[in-house]
Amino acid sequence: MLGPVRGRGPAVRGPRPPVRPLGPATRKRLVPYWLLLPGMLWLLVFFAAPLVYQASTSLQTGSLEEGFRVTWHFSTYADALARYSPQFLRSVGYAAAATALCLVLGYPLAYLIAFKAGRWRNVLMVLVIAPFFTSFLIRTLAWKTILADRGPVVSALGSLHVLDVTSGLGITEGDRVLATPLAVVCGLTYNFLPFMILPLYSSLERVDGRLHEAAADLYARPATIFRKVTLPLSMPGVVAGTLLTFIPAAGDYVNAELLGSTDQKMIGNVIQSQFLRVLDYPTAAALSFLLMAAILAMVTLYLRTSGTEELL
Amino acid sequence: MEQQHEPAPPARPLAALPALPALPSSARCAASCRGAAKGRTALSRRSLLRAGGALALAAPGPAALAGCGIPPAGREGEADTSTDHSAREKRIAFSNWTEYMDVSEDGGHRPTLDEFRRRTGISVKYTEDINDNVEFFGKIQAQLAAGQDTGRDLIVVTDWLAARMIRLGWAQRLDAAELPHARANLSAQFRDPDWDPGRVHSYPWTGIPAVIAYNKRATGGRQVTSVTQLLDDPALRGRVALLSEMRDTVGLTLLDMGKRPEDVAADDFDAAVARIQEAVDRKQIRRFTGNDYTGDLAKGDLAACLAWAGDLIQLQADSPDVAYAIPDAGYMTSTDNLLVPAGARHRGNAQRLIDYYYEPRTAARLAAYINYVCPVDGVRGELARIDRKLAENPLIIPDREMTAKSHTFRSLSAAEEKAFEEKFARLIGG
Repeated sequence: MLGPVRGRGPAVRGPRPPVRPLGPATRKRLVPYWLLLPGMLWLLVFFAAPLVYQASTSLQTGSLEEGFRVTWHFSTYADALARYSPQFLRSVGYAAAATALCLVLGYPLAYLIAFKAGRWRNVLMVLVIAPFFTSFLIRTLAWKTILADRGPVVSALGSLHVLDVTSGLGITEGDRVLATPLAVVCGLTYNFLPFMILPLYSSLERVDGRLHEAAADLYARPATIFRKVTLPLSMPGVVAGTLLTFIPAAGDYVNAELLGSTDQKMIGNVIQSQFLRVLDYPTAAALSFLLMAAILAMVTLYLRTSGTEELL
Repeated sequence: MEQQHEPAPPARPLAALPALPALPSSARCAASCRGAAKGRTALSRRSLLRAGGALALAAPGPAALAGCGIPPAGREGEADTSTDHSAREKRIAFSNWTEYMDVSEDGGHRPTLDEFRRRTGISVKYTEDINDNVEFFGKIQAQLAAGQDTGRDLIVVTDWLAARMIRLGWAQRLDAAELPHARANLSAQFRDPDWDPGRVHSYPWTGIPAVIAYNKRATGGRQVTSVTQLLDDPALRGRVALLSEMRDTVGLTLLDMGKRPEDVAADDFDAAVARIQEAVDRKQIRRFTGNDYTGDLAKGDLAACLAWAGDLIQLQADSPDVAYAIPDAGYMTSTDNLLVPAGARHRGNAQRLIDYYYEPRTAARLAAYINYVCPVDGVRGELARIDRKLAENPLIIPDREMTAKSHTFRSLSAAEEKAFEEKFARLIGG
């Protein structure tokens, strides 16, 4: 491009040397990219590469004996979806129920910690996080003791005739809670509750108390203050909390495995069983992708409708 | 193969990310972006996400996808080409299940392993990293398929998995001349499994009878003695568990239906699965469990279940309400087997360890601790010296009557195994 310079007009200087050191402006522009490099490498190695590998696996056919080769077998997806749609729907249903329960339980608690706890605030926050100090598995197994058939919880629910109602609704089974949908949803709710409380707390905590006073000065009743001031300002927390709860809950398989029965298996259990027991790696990979796509679609829709796109 | 996508663009350095217009989404972001933006292309969160998304969609072009795959498994015999470094390296890595090795009173030593170390000078890296056959196979499968050393010289897996590994050529052949005790003392019952005739690749660590267990308190004193009762008795409804191990659960059901699991045909299998499915649909079955039935049975949440005998001896010691029954129709015995995986560097040392555990004295010490069926002949006297009651327990040293009732599941071809496992997975809900 840079041809030899003909003539020597005063405005035209000689050609610049082809390699020049980066100007300070360029270097400055590159800084954020350099800072991103470690994170990007991390994503590449631990997210993008496995994703490509799984995508490939989902399009393979074969067996361990003959090996697996990519045959662009797209119908694995259709078969998997047709065969395991009940578990898909169940996963979404359980995760949605658990998320709703988490919100109902978590919002008042986060509100209390943010506005009313005073000097107990930090202690309460530690208590919220405390369950993380034991393993996920142990925490889930503990629910088998809590909900044991002859345990105090089930006896109390039974004598209050709550179990008659829940059995009628089909979420418990006779006079037991374990190995029923209710037990699985309880386990999911319990295990993911802190993921709801923490973002709720952090957005509630930032709400300026003087706004409440101002609203009260303008003759707003407490309920109105909550509806018009507190709730809108905490929406980012609500959205973040529901996402952090719903996404892992939908893919969870431990709760369904330990607290559920055959009719409560979720899509995570199917993926595990296809991968490890049946050795049908393509179906397992296809199911994983379908789950990912479904969650992505639901999350996008949710963010669009809740108008909190700034979370992305 | 049609090319639907455009060929993947060469990965561009990050610095050359497409310059997208700055879209500061909120005042907060704008403030934080300002420093970097200064009127030029801003590196905003969104532009980055958008660029990353585009890259993620474009990168795995067909070529990248087609590049992955799993090579076919090695042919039989290929595993034996791995070199044995036992003479120079006096060590061995031994992977076993949890609570499958004797431990001293203070919990600090493993007496039989310590003696092996003293006697042979071979140090043993003993790891309890096997909790579940399918999970363990999932863990080592990729390495074995790639022809790599798994870092383990000796592993213990249940017979169907041992069969699969031998079938895939992933187990080394053992040298019978190096296993004098094992050859002489292996019980007749375990000598000739159809998946490893003459025990060329494997030796049993324990035998595992699958029988019926029940909680007398939970059944109101009733005995539970047959699979029919488990599947049909309305008094047990919702308080019955079966095992998530296909061969045990289906095998016991087949026996109950008068079929022999040794020569099960596909339609027998289907009939047994249908029989169990019918009980599942009736809500008779509460769950399909692995080892975790023990707690539920002791508590009484389970009134009756299928159970592994070794667990029961330990469970009975703590909960006197737990009882077991050997069904008249017969019971299933599986084995956990010692295997030297392909690529392992210390086959010779592993063989010495196998042989050591086939000396009656060692076998008795092990059996006294782990309470599973001892596959070694001539142990009764040694065991009686440690604990007379254990020596008379047919669940540890089976008497003739017990042995006669014992059955094993036929070994399956790869295609059969996949079909059966798929049906069983459907049955248990996954």
